[in-house]
Amino acid sequence: MAEYLVLIYEDETAWDNVEPDRFGKIMAEHQSFGERHAKVIRGGNALQPTGTATSLRKDTSGGYTVTDGAFAETKEALGGYYLVEAADLDEALAVARDVPAPFGGVEVRPIRTFD
Amino acid sequence: MTSSVEAAVADAHRHEWAFVLAATVRVTGDIDVAEECVQDAYARALASWPNRGVPARPGAWLTTVARRRAIDLRRRRSTHDRSLPRLVRAAVTDPDEMEIDADADGRAVADDRLRLIFTCCHPAIAPEAQVALTLRLLCGLTTVEVARAFLVNEAAMAARITRAKKKIAAAHVPYRVPSAEELPARLDAVLTVVHLLFTTGHTAPAGADLVRRDMVERSLDLARMLHALLPDDPDVTGLLALILLTDARRPGRVDDSGQMVLLADQDRSDWDRAVIGEGVALVREALRRRPPGRFALMAAIAAVHAESPSWNATDWREIVGLYSLLLAIWPSPVVALNRAVAVGFADGPEAGLDALDALATEPVLAAYSYLASSRADFLRRLGRVTEARLAYQEALLLTENAVEREFLENCLRRLGH
Repeated sequence: MAEYLVLIYEDETAWDNVEPDRFGKIMAEHQSFGERHAKVIRGGNALQPTGTATSLRKDTSGGYTVTDGAFAETKEALGGYYLVEAADLDEALAVARDVPAPFGGVEVRPIRTFD
Repeated sequence: MTSSVEAAVADAHRHEWAFVLAATVRVTGDIDVAEECVQDAYARALASWPNRGVPARPGAWLTTVARRRAIDLRRRRSTHDRSLPRLVRAAVTDPDEMEIDADADGRAVADDRLRLIFTCCHPAIAPEAQVALTLRLLCGLTTVEVARAFLVNEAAMAARITRAKKKIAAAHVPYRVPSAEELPARLDAVLTVVHLLFTTGHTAPAGADLVRRDMVERSLDLARMLHALLPDDPDVTGLLALILLTDARRPGRVDDSGQMVLLADQDRSDWDRAVIGEGVALVREALRRRPPGRFALMAAIAAVHAESPSWNATDWREIVGLYSLLLAIWPSPVVALNRAVAVGFADGPEAGLDALDALATEPVLAAYSYLASSRADFLRRLGRVTEARLAYQEALLLTENAVEREFLENCLRRLGH
């Protein structure tokens, strides 16, 4: 069995302007996604918006530069993730297809193992 | 003697490579290692067949040799290479059962050739890498040959193939035939790759010759293999028919001096009637499913041309009708362009020009020489010489193929000043 991280990339401004009803509905979709795939979900979280992010980059003097914001500015930003277990990429993609991401999409990345 | 042995090895390379590789993957469980063993088996054939004669069944001989090599390697490598990632996780045959006749598990291996091509053409792999992997693993082309086919330098092609193989291993792209519900979409990706190979060969995008014979033959081999493995699939049947019917006209496409001859001016007695007969029978089969798929429709269009006794006798209404059906299931600008050209032959150059001009803003077609050259032809037939000249000049800017360029330059010359 392999593990895959399903990264949810969505337009944050769409989330900022979402109606409370719609918000509730999307949350319910995540809930039912979680129940439907409970057997293979190994973890997952929603993230606070990129406005709350702090990035650290190594500077030339051996220290760190601390900056406000996400590492890379993109229209669709990482907003949450699920960690899923799957036999192969097709199985992982089948689960990822069900992840609610109405304002964007998801990226599926295999977890690297060292042994 | 030597040359006949070389021909036998070349023939076995062309027709048995995928089978031998798939059978060897059964032993290695890994495509990379299997590839190495199969290459080795072909090298041994070159050394051994001149003395011991060409075996009755070269594929079985090669499979046995490649599998033996695989067991050898496995014994030697088992201690220190365990940590290397496998390209695919295939079921491994017990080495004790290895000396069995290669035909005994022939059916399973046939299935493995399908697994191989579905892995190569997985949608998670970039399209250009899908084509490259298919040529490497199913046709046994070297990286240099694949690079040459796509006019990419060798280092770039090697990097492309390595990257795709890494992804297959790291992301666990499965080595299997997709389930019935996924099959139509996944098979379409495979057929798209084979069709792309064919079109790349049929009109080479650049270079000295109009046709890259090797690429056409590889695509025909792959289409025949798929048809043998999936005989009831109408899309596979349609693609094989399309390739046969288009390629049957090849002898008429270029004249003795290497110049391109338009369909209208081709000597139809040059066309290969036996191949046309095979293609037409396959089209009928492929069209039985309703609605017909895109390859079946394209093949049906090719069949109308192939069966028409002359250019003037061509049933252009039938062709426009088939293009309309095709456009409905496959709304591509290139299909719309072909339909517009057919309208010009069915209803006259004025109507054709109107249909073409409706597509002028299509960004995909802006860089496509066929739009400009078709416009030029309709303008010429309407006697609008100045505009025709401009359109031919535009078409010339858009193609790098030497034969096509020469054809367009001749058209320009004939227009006069």
